[in-house]
Amino acid sequence: MKHIQTLETEKLQNTVKKGGCGECQTSCQSACKTSCTVGNQSCEQKK
Amino acid sequence: MIHTFENNGYRLCLDENSGSVHLLDDISFEVLRRLEAGESVSAIQEELAGRWPEKELEEVLAECDELQKAGTLFTEETYRPAVEAFAARPSVVKAMCLHIAHDCNLACRYCFAEEGEYHGRRALMSVETGRAALDFLIRNSGNRRNLEVDFFGGEPTMNWEVVKELTAYGREQEKSHDKHFRFTLTTNGVLLNDEIMEFCNREMDNVVLSFDGRREVNDRMRPFRGGKESSYDRIIPKFQKFAESRNQEKYYVRGTFTRYNLDFAADVLHMADLGFRQISVEPVVAPPAEDYAIREEDLPYICEQYDILAKEMEKRNREGHGFNFFHFMIDLSGGPCVYKRLSGCGAGGEYLAVTPWGDLYPCHQFVGMEEFCLGNVKEGIQKEEICRSFRGVNVYSRPECEKCFARFFCSGGCMANAYHASGSIDGVYKIGCVMQRKRVECALMLHAAKKLSTDENRAEQDGRD
Repeated sequence: MKHIQTLETEKLQNTVKKGGCGECQTSCQSACKTSCTVGNQSCEQKK
Repeated sequence: MIHTFENNGYRLCLDENSGSVHLLDDISFEVLRRLEAGESVSAIQEELAGRWPEKELEEVLAECDELQKAGTLFTEETYRPAVEAFAARPSVVKAMCLHIAHDCNLACRYCFAEEGEYHGRRALMSVETGRAALDFLIRNSGNRRNLEVDFFGGEPTMNWEVVKELTAYGREQEKSHDKHFRFTLTTNGVLLNDEIMEFCNREMDNVVLSFDGRREVNDRMRPFRGGKESSYDRIIPKFQKFAESRNQEKYYVRGTFTRYNLDFAADVLHMADLGFRQISVEPVVAPPAEDYAIREEDLPYICEQYDILAKEMEKRNREGHGFNFFHFMIDLSGGPCVYKRLSGCGAGGEYLAVTPWGDLYPCHQFVGMEEFCLGNVKEGIQKEEICRSFRGVNVYSRPECEKCFARFFCSGGCMANAYHASGSIDGVYKIGCVMQRKRVECALMLHAAKKLSTDENRAEQDGRD
């Protein structure tokens, strides 16, 4: 496209069917312990 | 819904419901900004007619159509029923914060544990209580295989033998129950020595090393008990050695910024200049009356600090000496599913904190507030209604979140923050929301910058070939 470049992203709607396994890390256990950033967690199924 | 914004010269559009991120040129930014504001296509065409060639305007509108068809622009929100059903499912416990020691050799002024003592009750966890906690976790984890245990405090190295024994016990148990423990240690570094480092490098998936950045900033809020010695001087060489021994991976130096160092970008950069590559610095959680608590009037300055930091990180990335800042890290292609993103942090459900004497709390931030005590590791959860109230909190339970572009990244925020700010775990900590939104924008900008730099490198490479 000439005007709009899309960054490589996984579409969230694609995660509805396969998601919810719960094997991923609890957000607060990583390095924040307060501010609940989940966007930076990785999906265990994609590792 | 879309969110268009500018950061560090980059013009971006986040398609909120698909999570897609688009890098815009000037004209597409103008168009999408207006579409976001609810203007009609014909109004936009009329408004921009004199300023841009008609052909270009048509090109942009055609690109928008194409992206919408591909499900990456103006994507509809369709997750609510699935996420609410997910939130209502029987919960399992998969993560535990073990308060190994309610005692500390530092007396950090902002400590929610009241300088490590948690409301006046100093105590060390016994091996028996710790084992009972791990048994409780295994028993309540259903078919989840990966279980997380954070050795936390106070300062857990003040009860180091118990940490070692519990790690060994966990390793023994994981075999017979087909589980995998991921252990973490959070430490202030005062007692850190070679033996502890070697043990952690063998057994701990992650270590969190607490300090706040510049020497004067750190020592002001993180003093020794009654002593005059600088805690910074004592711990930094050990933290540097520790980080190197872990190959600069699987650790975080973690700091807190308060009203006393609103210029925290300098602290993050100081940490990077000390050689640390995994950095997390975040705003203090505090009752609003505290002198060090962040106030609403501080927000413009804080947001500017995030911008300064992001800009400097972009520069360092380009120069090849970048570092990770936890709150700017967003995994766009391998990130969590929509359930995880919308159902909150897990406190009071899949995540619990355990006191030295075995009481269960929704999370470490609530430990010591008796009204939130859920039960204990031997008898299990006694107050299911409290757990239910925590599990019921998610993005859809807060009207403010529904309108926020960052909801898929923050998951509704920290319930302890919400409780301090509004008196309810279901409330909103507005100051935190402003900071979170700014962090998401900075994070997306860094992704865009990386993409452009990769594209440029590729073009350069192609030119040479």
